[in-house]
This record gives sequence, C-alpha cells and structure tokens, in this order.
Amino acid sequence: MYKFSKKLKTLSFALMIAGFVGIVWGFMNAPSTVEQAKEIVAKSHDSHGSGHGEATTHADEKSGHGEVKVDDHASEASHGEEGHSAAHDEHVFHQLQNRPWSALYVAIFFFMMLALGTLAFYAIQQVAQAGWSIVLFRVMEGITAYLPVGAVILFVFLVLSGMHMNHVFAWMDPALVDPTSPKYDHLLDAKKSYLNVPFFLIRAVIYIAGWIWYRQYARKRTLALDNAQEGDIKQYKKLFGASAAFLVFYLVSESMMSWDWLMSIDHHWFSTLYGWYIFAGMFVSGITTIALITIYLKSRGYMEYVNDSHLHDLAKFMFGFSVFWTYLWFSQFMLIWYADIPEEVTYYAQRFDEIKGLFLGMIVMNFIFPVLVLMNSDYKRLPWFIVMAGIVVLIGHYIDVYILITPGSVGEHWKFISPEVIGSALFFLGLFIFVVFTALTKAPLKVKGNPFMKESEQFHY
Amino acid sequence: MSSKVIQAMYNDDDVLMSAVKETKSAHHHIEEVYTPFPVHGLDKAMGLAPTRIAITAFMYGLCGLSFAIWMTNYMMIQDWPQDIGGKPSFAWIYNMPAFVPIMFEMTVFFAAHLMVITFYMRSRLWPFKEAENPDPRTTDDMFVMEVAVEGNEKELTSFLKKTGAVEIKVTEKH
Repeated sequence: MYKFSKKLKTLSFALMIAGFVGIVWGFMNAPSTVEQAKEIVAKSHDSHGSGHGEATTHADEKSGHGEVKVDDHASEASHGEEGHSAAHDEHVFHQLQNRPWSALYVAIFFFMMLALGTLAFYAIQQVAQAGWSIVLFRVMEGITAYLPVGAVILFVFLVLSGMHMNHVFAWMDPALVDPTSPKYDHLLDAKKSYLNVPFFLIRAVIYIAGWIWYRQYARKRTLALDNAQEGDIKQYKKLFGASAAFLVFYLVSESMMSWDWLMSIDHHWFSTLYGWYIFAGMFVSGITTIALITIYLKSRGYMEYVNDSHLHDLAKFMFGFSVFWTYLWFSQFMLIWYADIPEEVTYYAQRFDEIKGLFLGMIVMNFIFPVLVLMNSDYKRLPWFIVMAGIVVLIGHYIDVYILITPGSVGEHWKFISPEVIGSALFFLGLFIFVVFTALTKAPLKVKGNPFMKESEQFHY
Repeated sequence: MSSKVIQAMYNDDDVLMSAVKETKSAHHHIEEVYTPFPVHGLDKAMGLAPTRIAITAFMYGLCGLSFAIWMTNYMMIQDWPQDIGGKPSFAWIYNMPAFVPIMFEMTVFFAAHLMVITFYMRSRLWPFKEAENPDPRTTDDMFVMEVAVEGNEKELTSFLKKTGAVEIKVTEKH
C-alpha cells in the first residue's frame, strides 16, 4: 500500500494556497467599471512602450458589431466615432473582466483533461487486453480519481458562465440573438438551436455523467477482481464490455465536448478536425502524467515490478502521440492557411498577431523538443530524460489550452505571466496532486486477478 | 584458410534461443545463426554489438530534410517564382507551411531508401549474389547455428545434441 508522504501533502497544500492567492489577486485586480478598464489598458500600453493599433482587434470581435459593419455599413458610419469607441471600451472592459475567469477555466480544463485522457488510455488498455500495462492500472485509476472532482468543478464553471457571471462564452449573451438589439448577430442566431445555455448544460451533464460512471464502474470492478478467487474472471469480462462501450461513448462525447467547451468560445469559427486535435493533446498529456507519476512512485521505492521496458513503452507513446498531435495541429493549420477564407483564417490571424511567441513556442515544446529528446531508444529508458521531456510536454500542452481559450475570451489583453494564470495553474496542480495521491493510498498499487498479470510482470522488450 | 564448423539444426525458435544461451555460457564461439524469420532477442543472446543503423537513419533523414528545403526553395522561389493561392513567393519562409508535406516526405524517403541500401551493403548483399545459408531449409522451417570447432569435436557434438539440435553436420567453411 502506498502512503501519501507528508512532504508531498504539504507541497500540494502549499501549491493550493499560493494558487488561491494568485486567483484572488486576479479577481481583485479585474476592473469593475469601464473607466478602470480604460486605465488598465492605458497603463499596459505605457509599459509596453508602444500602442497596439486600436483597430487591430475589430476584424474579429466577438460582441457582434463586426457583423453589423458588414450588414449595414452606412448606419455604422453614421454612428460616428463616439458611439463606436464607447462600444469598444465596453468590449475591452468585458475582456479584462474575463481575464481571471479565463485563467481559471484554462486550469480547470487542463487538469480535467489529464484525468480524461488517462481514462481513455485506460479503457483502450482494457479493450485491447494489453499485457504490458497491467502493472500501471492502479496509477491510471489514481489519476482518473481526479475526473469526478475536476469535471464537477468544470460544470460549476459552465453554470456560472450560463448565469452571466463571466463572458468567457460570448455567445451566451442573449442580446446577440435578439433581432431588435444593435448587437444582433445573425450567424449566431442560426446556431441558436444548438448553442443555447440550457441545451449546453444538459449536454455537459450527459458527457460528465458518462465519464464518471465508467470511471467508478471500472474502479469497482478492479477492486472486486482483487478479492476474487483465483481464475474467476467474471469481473474482468464485465470490465471489458464496459470499457468497449465507454470508448464508443467517449469518442463521440469528447468530440462534442471540444466543440462546446472550447470551440464555441470563438463562436463564428469552426474546424472539422477540432475534436481529434483536442483528443491528441489530451491523450499525450494523460500518458505523460502516467509516466511522471510512475517514475515518482518508483523513485520512492514503490512499484519495484515496473521495469525499464514499461517506461520505454510509455515514452514511446509520449513520442508517438506528440507527433500525432503535431500532425493534427498542422493539418488544421495548413488547410486554413492555404485556403485563406476570411471566416476561417481570422482564428489563426488573431493568434499570429496577438500571441505569436506562445503560439510558436508551444509548437517547439510539443513537437520539436519531444521528437529530438525521445527519438533515441536508449533515452526512452532513462527516467530523468522522460521526466524532463514530460514536464516540457505538459507545460507545452498547458500553453496549447491557454491559446485555445484566451484569444477568444480575453483578446489582445492577455497576460500569460501574471498572478492569475500562474495562480490558477498552481491551485489546480495542488488539488490534482492531493486528489490523485490520496486515491493511490486507497488500494494496493498492484492489481490482482487479471489473467494477463504474469505477462505484465515479465514484460521485457 | 578454411576452418571446421559444426552446423546444429533446430526446429523451434525457443529451443534455438536457449541453445544459443547455453552455447554462449559454455564459451563456444558461435559463428553465425541462420533463421527463416527474425527471432526477437537473438542478437542480444548472441552478444552482437548493437546496430548503428538508427544513427544512419537519423542522418539520412536530415539529408532528406535539407534536400527538400533546397529543392522547394530552388523550384518554387528562385528559379520560377510561383504564386499559388495568392501566397507571396518572395521568400521561402512565407510559403513554408505549404512545403512541410514535401519536407516530411523527403525525410522519410531518404531515411528509408538509404537505410535499406546501407543495410544491403553492410550485409554484403547484391543482386544475383549466391546464397550464403548452409541449408535451404533455413528459409523454410529450420534454424541453423554454426559453431566453430576448437579442440574436441566429439564433445562439442554431444553438447549440441543435448541443447536440442535435431540434426548435426560437420563441414569445412571457406
């Protein structure tokens, strides 16, 4: 049995406290009036030393007055300078108000995604009846223990957004689908039957309930298998069936989840392979987390039966799925870049104009770095190499999630190195460590009763 | 100069593997093993040096990548600048995303083909070369281990019999 070490527990609480301070700072410093927002923008422009062109964001504004411009150009011109700049100020005000919320959402989603990616990996191992990975099942179950916590927190966040506590999801603004409103957005109105708050929340409940159900069911089955008589594989067969059914549900729900929770933030934009792209990032991050926690437990003297062939396989998955993620990222990027259709390309144009450093840096971290570091077969067996690559990959995918969310919710006033972004990450990292390692203490670190256990113990490549 | 070798035949790869390990630990010199299909872990059991083909593959891949960059730049930018889809062709970097598939394919093409050629050269294989395997059955269902005869031939023969060989032949090797 694993014992949650005092040091690690203290660390997790320290992270949560430090993170909480950062989050509170973010909310305290968010503007509560348009005037304060103007002040913040003026200040940040001064400190940047150069004025961002005021006009740059207007092409793809979320609040819909970009649409008005196209539909009714004459009336927009007659609004005059004053009316327009007031609307702009309010827009910036909402964006700045979104900053702490958006930072929170990135962290909530990212750590939920680690658990969900691991759950998918776990289900695949069950369905494939893989021999090698059985000794790692308890680590995966420990990580997925975060899923009920993380997914419920995420749901609470979505409910708060639905109650207009924040404007991360700009489409939730009822004025946008009100034909009498000056902000009326007919494109969004056409999507109303899918993108509306009640249906959005109902869908979220369905996805989350399905995932949590499988997680709890699988956990119960493997615990029952631990106590089953030798040769009794009834529980094992039940788990096999449930895992296969879950994978079908997961592939559909994951894809729809990515449209709902991420793609809808840029609600005029759509991409058909978005779901796969999110899946790839989720999967590689989940596998990396499994590798990191396994190496940690091994370094603490647990799991002596995990040999370097197991680590080698995990590192191969990290390598392979990093390439797979890049493949999907690039497929999405290149088609949109090549076709250069305005309604599509604004998505990348905005990211390229406003957040270029992170946008390109993330590709280096998620592709070039793992490819070069993990290419050599011998390096895949060195724990410190896997840890180094793993940390970079996880930070890279954190930035990826940040770039998926922030340009749509905050726009050009993003700030990555800021107390609220780092605080949110630290808080949920602390919570993640606390929940995962608490779950690891609840059951022996090695499952019993799996018919392929011997193969996993003797796994040698 | 020719030397005497014993060819021990096996009909199962697991038996062969344990025979190789036993022969190794009895300090007999294994000259070569012929198998109809790749046997996992045989190279380690025989004590062969690890292959360096991975390093060559990496270098060939880099050559392919460089070649693709040079080729796309020469064809599409320098020699006959082409405006496709309104993409500016003033510099290679502006069109780089369009060239990524070519860069990828060239990397794979160079790595794969040059690796095969390297492998043939290192293995001394070329078209119409006469087969080196001592028994045609090694391409069907038999495994042959060749052990150099040093000292007592009879003792070695009985030792190999014990390791599970189904047939033993003593021949001169050139």
